[in-house]
Amino acid sequence: MTRWLPAAALAAALAYPFVLGSPNAINIGVLVLLYAALGTAWNILGGYAGQVSFGHAVFFGTGAYTSTLLLQHLGLTPWIGMLAGALVAAGLALAVGYPTFRLAGHYFAIATIVVGEIAHTLVRSSDVVGGARGLFLPILPTALINYQFQETRLPYYFVALGLYVVSLAVTLLIERRRMGYYLRAIREDQAAARSVGVSVPRYKLAAGAVSAALTALCGTFYAQYVLFIDADSVFPLSLSILIALVAILGGAGRAYGPFLGACVLIPLSELTRNQFGGTGRGADLVIYGALIVLVSVAQPGGLAAAADGLTRRMARAS
Amino acid sequence: MDVLAQSIASGLLLGLILALSAAGLTLIWGVMDIVNFAHGDFLMLGMYATFFAWSLLGLDPLVALPAVVVVLGLVGVIVYLAVIRPVLRGSVLAQIFATFGLGILLRGLAQFFFTPQFRQVGETISSGGVVLGPVAVGRPQVVAAVGALVVTLLLFALLDRTTVGTALRATAEDRVAAELMGIDSARMYALSWIIGAGCVGAAGALLATYYPIFPDVGAVFGLLAFITVALGGFGSVGGAMLAGVLLGVVTDVAGVLLDPTYKFAIAYTLYLLVMFVRPQGLLGRA
Repeated sequence: MTRWLPAAALAAALAYPFVLGSPNAINIGVLVLLYAALGTAWNILGGYAGQVSFGHAVFFGTGAYTSTLLLQHLGLTPWIGMLAGALVAAGLALAVGYPTFRLAGHYFAIATIVVGEIAHTLVRSSDVVGGARGLFLPILPTALINYQFQETRLPYYFVALGLYVVSLAVTLLIERRRMGYYLRAIREDQAAARSVGVSVPRYKLAAGAVSAALTALCGTFYAQYVLFIDADSVFPLSLSILIALVAILGGAGRAYGPFLGACVLIPLSELTRNQFGGTGRGADLVIYGALIVLVSVAQPGGLAAAADGLTRRMARAS
Repeated sequence: MDVLAQSIASGLLLGLILALSAAGLTLIWGVMDIVNFAHGDFLMLGMYATFFAWSLLGLDPLVALPAVVVVLGLVGVIVYLAVIRPVLRGSVLAQIFATFGLGILLRGLAQFFFTPQFRQVGETISSGGVVLGPVAVGRPQVVAAVGALVVTLLLFALLDRTTVGTALRATAEDRVAAELMGIDSARMYALSWIIGAGCVGAAGALLATYYPIFPDVGAVFGLLAFITVALGGFGSVGGAMLAGVLLGVVTDVAGVLLDPTYKFAIAYTLYLLVMFVRPQGLLGRA
């Protein structure tokens, strides 16, 4: 039964925009897939290697700004800009990771917050990259090469689906190879991993670079989808935290976890904001926060652990 | 030169309040290995409690302070029983997730019941100014800083000089060994939440004498409290104090000498630099 589950999920994802075709439903679908891709990318470093990052918005913002600046100044298609952004983000992850991966546990987590906030401040106050005003992307005719689809937002949905599939494929590839075992060994006991000959710094750096590159791809997608970026939309701490929460809610260290987390968290936050956010009284925050607390109290292992228990029980029943 | 002395003085005054709120956070972390990501929102609750004691009951913030400490202590023990104890069997990530959710919930509740409006406590017994040579500072800032210093020293004395404090430190050091000595660790956990939340309640009451009060006020101070705790070394109250003062002074001096835009970025950079030299924080154990 678990064998055809991924195929069924993929079929459902492909059918979704045709069944629920309203612009609002497509927008929620795009956001779910975008955050599923982001959570999956985060999971490689935070879930498998156990290096909890609250600074992934830096890589998201790097992707968004790299492709946008290349488009504005050189007219380069965002598809190539997206790859360039991924390369820059991977390089950045290596440069920042080299000194910070030495830090343990919470010291590392706080360092990622700090790096994120420094990057946020620098981008907001640098006029070279638009400063506090942000950057408007040039509106181009709808075309695949332009990475812009004005008449219908449907193509964005499939690009987002593609991004998620790429993130998932990379995760599965790592999970089943030696690197996957090494990363989990580092998470469980770093000293033990080192003593059996795992090069801890090298594998942390590799996980960080891959995770950053995948996150940057999503950043470019966001820029092309919204067509406006500024430091407060692509570099904030709240984005870093949401990326981590999606993965943690779903089940960190499990390949399909972040997808489950995004399926629950993103529609929930969109719906509560649409239903209760208009009052400006924060009822949406109350419901959203209360549900997060309830889920974590009821199911500390994440949704993937709950789903595992469910499928096992179903398998036993059949 | 006067500007420099001025910014050192105001940084020092803010740093002492930072130290007090960080001391509460580091106590909980030290005793039970949990980082409370809703800590800044506890500060916000303390500030609102002070504000309403002033506006509804006409109590001066300094008079209301002990009551605010008790209220926050109650919040702490309720949060421990309702949220923290159930997630103790989960992973560290589940605990992070739970306290983040709690922070969002508290912020939402504050916005719902108290509206996003900025509030300010008016005239208090500490209103006025103080001039010391080249330095002129507000009297509320001085009173608040002195108050924070006193509460932090009381916390020190409690941990260092009393049986309860020794039991708390023993639980932090080695829970199993402490239990074998007859210390009820569940009670120590609850106690650390009462004291930790009480400390940040006191910090909130002091801060409310001169700082505006709004639902998101905990965001900035919460982040600074985390950095203070990590810079000082997790679990070390003395480290939190040193780091709080250091961060307060560096932030204000950088704001004056360089550019106010970068003042927090400079303080964050200081954290990174210290971490590269001492990965366990200033006074933390390796």
